[in-house]
Amino acid sequence: MTDQSNINPLSADSVVGLNKRYRRERIYKNLGLGAITLSLAFLAFLIISISYKGMASFQRTEIQFNIEASWVTEANGNALTILKRLVKETLPNVTGRKARREANGLLGANAEDELNATLKGFGSEIPPTFTLWLPSSDNMDMAFKGGLVSLEEGDQQGLSKRQQTWALFLAEEDHLQKSFSLGFLTNGDSRDAERAGIGGALLGSMFTLGICLVLSFVIGTMAAIYLEEFSRKNMWTSFLEVNINNLASVPSIIFGLLGLAIFLNTFGMPRSSSLVGGLVLFLMTLPTVIITSRVALQSVPPSIREAALALGATKIQMAFQQVVPLALPGMLTGTILGMARALGETAPLLMIGMVAFIADPPSNILDSATTLPVQVFLWSDSPERAFAEKTAGAIMVLIVFLILMNLTAVLLRKKFEKKY
Amino acid sequence: MTTISKKIGLKNNNKRLMEHVIRFSLIACSVVAIFVTIGIIFSLIFETIRFFKEVPIMDFLAGTKWSPQMAMRADQVGSEGAFGALPLITGTALISFIALAIAGPFGVYSAVYLAEYAKPKHRTILKPILEILAGIPTVVYGFFAAIVIAPALRTAGVTLGLDVSSESALAAGLVMGVMIIPLVSSISDDVISAVPQSLREASLGLGATKSETIKNVILPAALPGIAGGILLAASRAVGETMIVVMAAGLAANLTFNPLEAVTTVTVQIVMLLTGDQEFDSAKTLAAFALGLMLLCVTLIFNLIGNWIVNKYREQYD
Repeated sequence: MTDQSNINPLSADSVVGLNKRYRRERIYKNLGLGAITLSLAFLAFLIISISYKGMASFQRTEIQFNIEASWVTEANGNALTILKRLVKETLPNVTGRKARREANGLLGANAEDELNATLKGFGSEIPPTFTLWLPSSDNMDMAFKGGLVSLEEGDQQGLSKRQQTWALFLAEEDHLQKSFSLGFLTNGDSRDAERAGIGGALLGSMFTLGICLVLSFVIGTMAAIYLEEFSRKNMWTSFLEVNINNLASVPSIIFGLLGLAIFLNTFGMPRSSSLVGGLVLFLMTLPTVIITSRVALQSVPPSIREAALALGATKIQMAFQQVVPLALPGMLTGTILGMARALGETAPLLMIGMVAFIADPPSNILDSATTLPVQVFLWSDSPERAFAEKTAGAIMVLIVFLILMNLTAVLLRKKFEKKY
Repeated sequence: MTTISKKIGLKNNNKRLMEHVIRFSLIACSVVAIFVTIGIIFSLIFETIRFFKEVPIMDFLAGTKWSPQMAMRADQVGSEGAFGALPLITGTALISFIALAIAGPFGVYSAVYLAEYAKPKHRTILKPILEILAGIPTVVYGFFAAIVIAPALRTAGVTLGLDVSSESALAAGLVMGVMIIPLVSSISDDVISAVPQSLREASLGLGATKSETIKNVILPAALPGIAGGILLAASRAVGETMIVVMAAGLAANLTFNPLEAVTTVTVQIVMLLTGDQEFDSAKTLAAFALGLMLLCVTLIFNLIGNWIVNKYREQYD
């Protein structure tokens, strides 16, 4: 023991211990920060990797052709014949049946429709020469988007040797371009990747969510109003409450089983229709809407109720003229959040057969339809490489809608939030 | 609203009638929730009873072989099909366990940081961003698990000299774990915030550092509540469908090796009911039996979890 240790109450030993403790403190704090950072990094990685993949679905590769009017008249305006001629005239060394077939394979399945549309636009007056950009096939599209490589450097997946040479030739002549295309948003589903779009799925989602929204808002808020404003505290209401809370945590797939057994098998409603989809999603979101609406009603102070009753209003008048208008923004917020959940839901819709391949957009709520997340599921299963890009594109659209809905909910809450 | 008030204002008799009509429709709306519950229970139970008429209940619960495909062909040997749900139960348990092994530590440590360390300004930004993880549709996680995580794990396995299945339980479990981090974190956050300030101050006053206070005082006080939260997360993991449908396998392997492909209860429900088949076969009825089992397990987890969480949230109030 030295004199110093008597002066300083902290011995050398305990200072060492203190440093150790402080180090542990820092490590512990960083552990928590690390947990959050890693979770958020995962989120960022997920969104970035999907966006990176999905951006390409809003672009398509087009091939430029210079067309002479005589070719059109010689073919009697038959688009398919003209296309064959175009390919033959534009590409070098298209000789023999196999080569011709491969050359035609560079064009997309929708090239014919677009050429027809252009010819229709001209009517009887076809200009002597004109240039046209026509969509390429999905394999060509993937190859061009991925960056063309020369034959020595390697093979392009999905393209034959000859097709690859032509692709390089077209690229060199500046006959290839990537153009922004919204066809992906408007087209229906298709077996051809270059034609497939989410138009039908978007419409199906709209129908389904529309039904779900109307039913769950009306019934959900009414139930909440009853529970908050009218019911007395007794066995019956506490049973209702427990029941609603438990329903909120039932796995979504169970609601699909319910829909299958009740709506399809007992009531005989049309399979895969948006009507049944909407009903199932309504049952699923109902508990959430009731719970959030009740919270909104609870936030209205009792003084407002008492004032209304004191002035002679009946309970119904008090509820519908004073309390509900004040709680409405909160109720709407809850409903929108419920809708956002319903929009992303897939599993229960698989149970009721919304998983079929449907090329035509539904025209009413009884038509067979599919929804956006189900379309994602369907495409993700496809072995064709081009569909992975479409899947990512559909996910981007889905996420944009979810962000919009959540933003609306947040803004609504901010705007009408009142502190009593 | 104005039309109602006008009508109400018209006549006293009308007013009273209107009040009755409105009150009745309000009650009717709140009863819908009860009908949903009744509908779920009855539709599951009736089909399950029919299923157990064809397949003995012990074969279902304790059988180790699951191959419902065989039941479709009457001429085949073993045309009964095998409906042993044990491989599905272990598969579900394995994937849920992996998910909780991710979500537990990540969720709790995030909650500790948010509740104890983060400045209020950072907290209000970080918390909603973390919640986004729970808002992303599960079909997106499934796609991500199948396209990005599973191949990455496979490549990693090759470099380490391990044989990782392309539909490994690990890939599905990992991604599912990330999905339920916000659930664990927000419940843990609530429970940790409910620990009274006096306990913190006492510990800090005795000279403990912040992390020592958390480890020795706050977490022990919050532990039961956190456990309840993890139970709720387990219920989510067990009932999760899309991630496992897209990233886990279809083969019913009775294994606890996370690198192999396993299948889950929810995957089999989807597989049994998508596609065209007559409704009365044992194959489709089996889906309802699985559904009933799933409902019971998640219900028990939820009841216990909610009970614990609420008890410990209010304990210090």
